Amino acid sequence: MRAVTAALAACTLFLAASVILAQSRNSDKPPVAVAPKYDPAIYAELQKAPEKARNRINPLQNDPDAVAAGAILFEQHCVECHGNSAQGGKKAPSLHAAEVQGATPGAIFWILTNGVVRKGMPVWSKLPEPQRWQLVRYIKSLGGPVESPASKP
Amino acid sequence: MPSICRLVLVAPLFFSLFSAFSSPSALAQENPYFVAYDHYLEEPGNLEIEYFSTFGTQRAGNDFHAYWIEFEYGATAWWTTEFYLDGQTTFHDSTVFTGFRWENRFRPLKREHFINPVFYVEYENKNGADKILKEVEGHDVESDFLVSNAEARKEHIHEIELKLILSSTLKGWNFTENTLAAKNLANSPWEFGYALGASRPLALKASANRCTLCPQNFVAGVEMYGGLGDRHSFGLHETSQYLAPVLGWNLPSGWTLRISPGFGLNDNSHRFLIRWGVSREISGFGSMVSRLFGGRK
Repeated sequence: MRAVTAALAACTLFLAASVILAQSRNSDKPPVAVAPKYDPAIYAELQKAPEKARNRINPLQNDPDAVAAGAILFEQHCVECHGNSAQGGKKAPSLHAAEVQGATPGAIFWILTNGVVRKGMPVWSKLPEPQRWQLVRYIKSLGGPVESPASKP
Repeated sequence: MPSICRLVLVAPLFFSLFSAFSSPSALAQENPYFVAYDHYLEEPGNLEIEYFSTFGTQRAGNDFHAYWIEFEYGATAWWTTEFYLDGQTTFHDSTVFTGFRWENRFRPLKREHFINPVFYVEYENKNGADKILKEVEGHDVESDFLVSNAEARKEHIHEIELKLILSSTLKGWNFTENTLAAKNLANSPWEFGYALGASRPLALKASANRCTLCPQNFVAGVEMYGGLGDRHSFGLHETSQYLAPVLGWNLPSGWTLRISPGFGLNDNSHRFLIRWGVSREISGFGSMVSRLFGGRK
């Protein structure tokens, strides 16, 4: 009986902790009507890629299917944070930004591989290398800034 | 089984099914392991609900079916917390709730390295009838399970378990090594164990079309695990050891299925274990809970 009570208490604690954590994660976020703004420093992570990593060539650069495959991978793994069209979301910045579009494929691959763990982006090295390169092809195909729906009059 | 025990087992199951069917999902890129851990943590804000079963043979006793439910939440990109509820059915005996566990995994390093460490801390509150074999430690042997459920559940175990997970990814392969140290908070010595794993997706490139049976959705591998004795008698003497091929199938709908036949490698081990599991990852669970309680969207 004590074990059962303890289990129920632990369940309650777990849910309470989830709620508190979720609240604290959102407490400094803007309301939904405001387009997300990011500290430009977030993009500085791309500059931290070592030169050797930055200069890597995408081995799937000429693969005709890479963008389509990357789009599916993006939808499966990235949309939750970066938004449906990579315009940025509550948790992660736009990938249309000039800093991203101007970065080398190697730098984007490096970010995917290493994540930005302390700022909430998980490590994606669990996706095999070819899939990360397919994602890079898709991200580079996005092009420049898109108008955020929230910024329209 | 008292009705409150049933409630403890059944309520989370209903909650899980409701949540799983009614929530946005993400394609989980899960490893196929049952015992070993790799260094990948749950994505922040996501909740993974998992159900696992272990069927085991028992020499000179009754075979058993043990099961557990896991709620795995990505608190941050470097911290994953998990809550388990365990139970088991021993054939020709009874069905019992065997306890709960609270597990935390921490990633200390910011970047990927050739070997990536993760620290694991778990508290277990269980009884002696626990048979899920989520880990094998100390001098755990097959004959421990000969005791009847009525007798075994009288033993209450409060245990702290620590693991050092060292995991690498190389050319699509994952290699992982887990070292385990567990201490029953009653006056028992530290016990030790290990788990090794290797796995690889059947294809490394993703298909340009949406598909369920594409080879990149399947991950196959093998894991080996066993006890390493305790502080007074470290080593393989009087321990049980297992070897288990593993297969995981990550479905585009967000579900993951796993199966693993396990084989005992010595006379102290169960001859055969068959494990299977089903899980579903719910994207943005943290935000959903926040909205439920009036938090900002």
